[in-house]
Amino acid sequence: MSIAAAATEFSFPHRHLLGIEGLSRQEIVGLLDLSEHAATLSRQVAKKRDDLRGRTLINLFFEASTRTQSSFELAGKRLGADVMNMSIRTSSVQKGETLIDTAVTLNAMRPDILVVRHHAAGAVELLSQKVGCSVINAGDGGHEHPTQALLDALTIRRHKGRIDGLIVAICGDILHSRVARSNIFLLNTLGARVRVVAPSTLLASGIARLGVEVYSSMWEGLKDADIVMMLRLQRERMSSNLVPSQREYFHFFGLDYDKLACAKPDALVMHPGPMNRGMEIDSNVADDARSVIREQVEMGVAVRMAVLQALARHLPND
Amino acid sequence: MAMTIEKPQHQARATALVNARLIDPASGLDEAGGVLIADGKIAAVGAKVTQENVGDGELIDCGGHVLAPGLIDMLMFSGEPGNEHRETLATASQAAAAGGVTTIVCMPNTDPVIDDVALVDFILRRARDTAEVNVHPMAAMTKELRSEEMTEFGLLREAGALAFTNGKTSLANAKMMRNVMAYAKDFGALIIHHLEEPTLSEGGVMNEGEVATRLGLPGIPREAETIMLERDISLMALTGVRYHASQISCRASLDIIREAKARGLPVTCGVSINHLTLNENDIGSYRTFFKMRPPLRSEEDRSAMVEGVACGDIDVIVSAHDPQDADRKRRPFAEAADGAIGLETMLPAALRLYHNDEVTLLTLFRALTANPAKLLGLDAGRLHKGAPADLVLLDLNAPLVVTPERLHSRSKNTPFDEARLQGRVLMTLVAGRRVYNYAD
Repeated sequence: MSIAAAATEFSFPHRHLLGIEGLSRQEIVGLLDLSEHAATLSRQVAKKRDDLRGRTLINLFFEASTRTQSSFELAGKRLGADVMNMSIRTSSVQKGETLIDTAVTLNAMRPDILVVRHHAAGAVELLSQKVGCSVINAGDGGHEHPTQALLDALTIRRHKGRIDGLIVAICGDILHSRVARSNIFLLNTLGARVRVVAPSTLLASGIARLGVEVYSSMWEGLKDADIVMMLRLQRERMSSNLVPSQREYFHFFGLDYDKLACAKPDALVMHPGPMNRGMEIDSNVADDARSVIREQVEMGVAVRMAVLQALARHLPND
Repeated sequence: MAMTIEKPQHQARATALVNARLIDPASGLDEAGGVLIADGKIAAVGAKVTQENVGDGELIDCGGHVLAPGLIDMLMFSGEPGNEHRETLATASQAAAAGGVTTIVCMPNTDPVIDDVALVDFILRRARDTAEVNVHPMAAMTKELRSEEMTEFGLLREAGALAFTNGKTSLANAKMMRNVMAYAKDFGALIIHHLEEPTLSEGGVMNEGEVATRLGLPGIPREAETIMLERDISLMALTGVRYHASQISCRASLDIIREAKARGLPVTCGVSINHLTLNENDIGSYRTFFKMRPPLRSEEDRSAMVEGVACGDIDVIVSAHDPQDADRKRRPFAEAADGAIGLETMLPAALRLYHNDEVTLLTLFRALTANPAKLLGLDAGRLHKGAPADLVLLDLNAPLVVTPERLHSRSKNTPFDEARLQGRVLMTLVAGRRVYNYAD
């Protein structure tokens, strides 16, 4: 089946993709199936399609990003869209005004799809209320990063053949992580058993109510895990007294061979990047045969193509 | 000894409001009757005031509706001086009149801050010249509300400041708070304090818990409130000052208040109408009109607040009216301003508790009239011969859909947008003068 045929087969009745929470199992599986076709297409020499020909996609990034922004750009171009990148550095005082003003300004340029990353939770949804085009959340504060969760799920499914029933341990800075939230929502919807592993200072209040098992020991949390998903720990967490030092954090929460040995022998090691080698993950583990970190990047392009295709079906025509 | 600058009296002829259901929480009165007004004051109250015996005065038939003392709102922000584009004393007083509120006590969070005798005087004069209802200022207890230097409690009180507060923040320095309390006690001054331990709430924008975690927003734990409340009660016991916790928002705070009252300490507390009728789930997907401090808590906390009002452990209901313009609200949640307007919707929203059979009418009105009057030393809030004729006539059952454009406040940040409420203010009188009439 071609990517175009797959795209017309499933129903994705949303104008925007603002988060995973609220998506149904069928919608998520549909996006993953569509992504498979996009992944196949991306491995061909002739990668170009014209699904989005004549459409304008704007990457609006209020926060720095390498892989998310470039993979949206590539995804848009492979589908034939015109892609424009805007990176906006803002002073902390003017953040709010800049967001609405920028939205109104960009809307006047009549884009078809806006891909937005912003440092404030809810900012992308707010922006979606002010524009007439489709909006994709490429990360909003500590809230959601839906395409990351989709690409993680795609990577897992390609290796394990399923999500249902797998034990997934998400480890590290759960408190500040939008990746963790989107993954928790998605993996729960698809029937995985989700664990979170972190020191209590990096756990969000009431996290267990999101349907996860909570661990503060890596050795226990990783026991029999099928998937070990590491999160990036930012250095400023040390200065804000959430963890005392890099060496202590690595000793107890960094993924090394000793801790990985608690997981299943065929466990996958994942990381949304960018990695801090020697902080949350041992450099050799990151490059181990069980690591699928590079494949996650490849799947990132495929998933973003699929999302663009699914939303493009609802774009107005002349 | 509250001081006001007297309004000129407009009332020559006597007015009689008859055929009403009289509600007076100060005396426990709930009976059919009327109120006779002469010279801006209540001349007679009760069943004897009827159409037959008022002579040639003006007659208002209340149609059996509730006639009660006008509401006294002891927590509201005006934008005057400094932020008149959000609210003036005139627009705030129009909103108050339309909401059955006859006395407002404005917070010192203005620009400049009300921390000086001249500012107190300014507010009183502006109110006299522009406001429809009684206006009293509260004064800042630290200069510019910066929590660094004490203000002139004695002089401010003589000028007419009803109470002393640190505005929207807690005075975190415990030694300074002790001094403020000890000094205030000498003048018999009331301290009204916001409860928030700033080092614990730092960075938080809504109630800590599952909802905040789902939304990816940093939380404010209830303990930021209870730690400050427990500290204040300790210092209050040490100094003997009259102390009022401006707003409590969670069950744990109510328990602390109960325990302190049981020990005989002169502590009182308030709750905002928002914390009685809304909870954190109303934030939904980042609705900034529900962003406030203290933050909306859980449903369990909300029902504890209702229970506190019902049994009288919570003394006062306030509007916490805080006008914010659209620019400061239409932002990502964490960056949006706190606060909601409430003067005009407080009474109909509070009636939800009555219609749900959670709080009796007398108890509800006690928290809105007699209790704040007593705390602030105001000669108001009761239906009594000689008291000022500050009254509200209320249809308890009329349905009401809140339409922001129709509200009198200059800012429209109401969390009750499109809310279905039950109860309508028909008429509001201040010193016998009609300042709001629904029929108009």
